[in-house]
Amino acid sequence: MGDMTDNQEVQSLPLDAWHRARGARMVPFAGYQMPVQYEGIIAEHLWTRENAGLFDVSHMGQLTVHGERADAALETLLPGELRMLKDCRLRYSMLLDEDGGIIDDLMATRRGEDFYVVVNGATKLGDIDEMERRLPRGTLIDHMKEQALLALQGPKAVEVLERLAPGVSELSFMQGGAFRIGGVPAWISRSGYTGEDGFEISVTSAAVTQVADALAADPVVKPIGLGARDSLRLEAGLPLYGHDIDRTTTPVMADLTFAINKRRRAEGGFAGALRILGELDNGVPQKRVGFDVEGRQPVREGALVLDGEGNEVGRITSGGFSPSLSRPIAMGYVNTSLSEPGTNVTLEQRGKLFVATVAAMPFVPHKYHRKGAAA
Amino acid sequence: MSLYFTREHEWVRVWGDSVTVGISDHAQAALGDIVFAEVPAAGKIFAKGDDAAVVESVKAASDVYAPIGGEVIEGNAAIESDPALINRDPEGEGWFFKMKQINAAELEGLMDEAAYRDWVKTL
Repeated sequence: MGDMTDNQEVQSLPLDAWHRARGARMVPFAGYQMPVQYEGIIAEHLWTRENAGLFDVSHMGQLTVHGERADAALETLLPGELRMLKDCRLRYSMLLDEDGGIIDDLMATRRGEDFYVVVNGATKLGDIDEMERRLPRGTLIDHMKEQALLALQGPKAVEVLERLAPGVSELSFMQGGAFRIGGVPAWISRSGYTGEDGFEISVTSAAVTQVADALAADPVVKPIGLGARDSLRLEAGLPLYGHDIDRTTTPVMADLTFAINKRRRAEGGFAGALRILGELDNGVPQKRVGFDVEGRQPVREGALVLDGEGNEVGRITSGGFSPSLSRPIAMGYVNTSLSEPGTNVTLEQRGKLFVATVAAMPFVPHKYHRKGAAA
Repeated sequence: MSLYFTREHEWVRVWGDSVTVGISDHAQAALGDIVFAEVPAAGKIFAKGDDAAVVESVKAASDVYAPIGGEVIEGNAAIESDPALINRDPEGEGWFFKMKQINAAELEGLMDEAAYRDWVKTL
């Protein structure tokens, strides 16, 4: 492994010193030195499920897409409903290549005629290139490099943030708005990557230390590292870009068809629509599912899925120990004929076989704050 | 009774012509929360450097190597049923396995405790 030199400089987050002062173990991730853990992944994971966890996700790309008819422009690359999206509402969507492969997954919020788009850290520069090259002329991308991004997640997030930013408790899941935290302007969305109620908070890098201090001053808030972020999202059944989804997978294979609404299915008009609409009608050979793994040993990315006769029928793309369930869980792709929850399969990792069952996801129920019945 | 360490962060405690083997406090801290351990059965014979046991944290899987050759007397069932014991007491109750019939000459290539503790500080 010693020959894997990386010429790209690893950058520091605006909160670098803040993390180190709190005992974080820092690791390079997505081109940044990032906190992987503070007191320990399991403790941080369980704290977030029961209280409120503060995550620094400033490595992610924050973009504004503007120009005339930005909604229609984005709909050429994203399969989601953006034209009918109400002001200050956000949607989960995917940036697609012309074959329907997933270039990235993202959140898009309507802000008037513009869209505020949050993309993954490791893919942000490529995403901007793709959008600038492929979006209709007149659509402009502003990479808001000066913005930092925090997430406050967990059942007590709302009580903490409401004290600092009165009014945020009125937001429903997948709604955002402009607030102030101790005088600092903040764009706050009720969204996240843990399956819990919570918020994502965009503030300038210059002000992020002040905001992080204000949030962490509350005794129910602890800083949470990337390690627990990964175990939380796995329990929530949420895919991780570059592992569970990538250019070789489509939204249908990835079982993310909830992100393609009725109008977009009827009208098409997005990158890869021919293939994706065909897959919606005819099915796909493999799809993304969850797995309950027997025993105690984690089965991780790269393990094979085998059928009863030992044939390779899929692959694990994420896997690990679930702190909330105290047992191993995994996510991966399997032949559609074996994708029904309850189907027994065998997993193979480093020559060892594991008994597993296809499982419905999420593994741990979502606790999003939805108002009324309508989404 | 003497204590030796390997560069792979295993410790070896010698008692008579037998040894107890585990992973160091530095190793458990680097691994983080340990969620799985698999230890060898009695009777298993190892040469120095053989894969002897498995330890997995939330983050990653690691092999534990036989620091010297010998025959396993006992694997520690307590760490299989409670892997977090390795985090709590890595150089005591969280031991992995015991060996007899050891190749004592191989101990000479290992670090003594003072040398290991000093070396770990440089990592």
